[in-house]
Amino acid sequence: MVPHAPASLLVRNGALSVRLADEVARFSLRLAPADTGQAAAAFGGPLPARIGAMSQSNGRTALQLGPDEWQILAPPGDVDALSAAFAALPVPHSLVDISHREVGIVVEGAAATLALRSAIAFDLEAMAVGTGCRTLFDKAQILLIREAADRFRIEVWRSFADHVWGLLRAASREIDLDL
Amino acid sequence: MLLIRCPYCEAERPEVEFVYAGEAHITRPTNPSALSDEAWKDHLFTRTNPRGRHFERWRHLHGCGRFFNAVRDTVSDRFALTYKAGLPRPTDAEIEAANAPAAQTPATNAPAAQNQEARS
Ligand SMILES: [Zn+2]
Repeated sequence: MVPHAPASLLVRNGALSVRLADEVARFSLRLAPADTGQAAAAFGGPLPARIGAMSQSNGRTALQLGPDEWQILAPPGDVDALSAAFAALPVPHSLVDISHREVGIVVEGAAATLALRSAIAFDLEAMAVGTGCRTLFDKAQILLIREAADRFRIEVWRSFADHVWGLLRAASREIDLDL
Repeated sequence: MLLIRCPYCEAERPEVEFVYAGEAHITRPTNPSALSDEAWKDHLFTRTNPRGRHFERWRHLHGCGRFFNAVRDTVSDRFALTYKAGLPRPTDAEIEAANAPAAQTPATNAPAAQNQEARS
């Protein structure tokens, strides 16, 4: 996991909790937009059709990142079933298991947007619940998903995770001390 | 920080997510061998470098990853319009329309372009 990270960061007044997310399986899916209809059978439900949109099915979540790019998060035990389903897909595509490339960090609480704003340059208040995007956290590329009004999930490459965690720890400390 | 509208994400995103990628609408000669050294040099190295309105390529590197085109003023740094790769160079009228105060549907929502790094 993140080398120097404790299990979680908790701000005293309960306004913010930062913790590592449970293990998940992750896949990068590349597919022609015209073929998403056929891919829905492999995914187990419709894929999102707009960049930033998400869809869920059988515990699997798909987030559209680009015109022909999706990231899929799934339960760890689902790797073989999901891989097999896409292997049977007759249209050209690429499905790559990137489960161990990234770690998930959950940022939750009334001060979640305040903490994230310390290193994210766009308007987080305007981000709709149930959407996600690739962006930068300080200088590290992340995926940001807004799971609820006050809960965000960061997906970040392992080599950048310590950096992101350190910045979140600093932001948490400032929020804790009401600076 | 500048906000740049990505025509694929259909959203205003911060400048740090993007990289600049040179002048747009430069067509590669179909038969470079037929060109004189002078003409080939011009294709490779000579750009318009205007003071004012510039048609240029950008890439939403830390976002959807796509190349697209933009109309930017090189003096004020103001983006007048962004549009998908492969679409023709917008006319003055289209650029003015996109910047009229009431403009709600800029040409960025124009019909689908090919998903390729086309320059025309
Ligand atoms: Zn984009």
